[in-house]
Amino acid sequence: MKQIPALLRVFLYLSLLTVGGGMAAFPEMRTLTVDVHHWLTFPQLVHLYSVGQMAPGPNMMMIVSIGQWVSGILGAIVVVIAFFGPTSLLTLVVGRGWNRLAKWPWRTSLQQGLAPVSVGLLLAGCFTLAKGAVTGLETATIAVAVLLILLQYKINPALLVLAGAIIGILSFAPK
Amino acid sequence: MSEFGGSPPTGLSPRSASAATPVNVLQIFLEFLLIGATSFGGGVVAYLRNGLVAKRAWLDDKAFVELLSISQSLPGLNSTNMAVLVGDRLRGIPGALAGIAGMCLPGGLLMFFVGIFYRQHGDHPLVTAALKGVAAVAVGLVLATAVQLAKRVLEHSSDFVFLAVTIIGVNRLHRSVLTMLVTVGLVATVWYRPRKAQKEGPPQ
Repeated sequence: MKQIPALLRVFLYLSLLTVGGGMAAFPEMRTLTVDVHHWLTFPQLVHLYSVGQMAPGPNMMMIVSIGQWVSGILGAIVVVIAFFGPTSLLTLVVGRGWNRLAKWPWRTSLQQGLAPVSVGLLLAGCFTLAKGAVTGLETATIAVAVLLILLQYKINPALLVLAGAIIGILSFAPK
Repeated sequence: MSEFGGSPPTGLSPRSASAATPVNVLQIFLEFLLIGATSFGGGVVAYLRNGLVAKRAWLDDKAFVELLSISQSLPGLNSTNMAVLVGDRLRGIPGALAGIAGMCLPGGLLMFFVGIFYRQHGDHPLVTAALKGVAAVAVGLVLATAVQLAKRVLEHSSDFVFLAVTIIGVNRLHRSVLTMLVTVGLVATVWYRPRKAQKEGPPQ
């Protein structure tokens, strides 16, 4: 219970960082949930994020697991409201005024300016994830293979995640 | 992201377009619940288009692309931003709430129980081994998303400078995401400031 205000603060803040997608907030999520608040370890965060890629819907729903760990059902609910509240409100307001914004010359500049930043933040999030997930030659090979497969073929990524679990059991389980 | 720096929206279709066939809040909730429960493996946009445009005809393709452009320009996830915009378009704020609740509920419930399971069995050797593989795949997934996004939205060589500075700032210099977002975002926005030719309106 006493962690609720901290959960609220952290995920309200993370919400505003999700420019170009949820992954942009990942480096900060690591700092705040792992290093500052010790709600979970970095490997646990990496695992939850990765498993979350198999879940349907918005791809950051792994935040629910963090909220649940810290404060049960209430924690899970607080985290979802905090993480999606600010951006949803902003989207609602901007969506209604978009016609007026369309004529504002700086809107194009803002979109053009934020494009490289959002790709950069996505990659920064990816590198943070890789620090925990790519631990040797085998895992590096899996990551590169997935990248090449996805760039080459149209395949449902959830199937690749499933394949990763099977490969993981076959190669990394103690004999 | 596809609309970054692309052609500007030509204006949204009026709210009254959907008033001919009133959609109630429950229908909005159920449709987004279905999308939220079936959109496995990311790519929610395709599921949204299929459900909202092709199946329900709540939006035409033009309105869908316009709303998607707004979603992608703002912070937040595409899927939840779209739920808010479409819900609001159809039934105002209650519609927006119904949309986002439906979108988040299935995946949220799943991750609620996955989290409990992982906390109890996460240190089992088989689970650890499987997760090692899954995490490596996740890195590949995000990299692929980044490459595809970069191909679509990066047009100028200066974009790669902004991109590099952002990555170095976060990963090497350990600046906060917020710091890099605000500073690089601001510099890049000014870099792409409106030119005189654009004064009359964005270029066609």
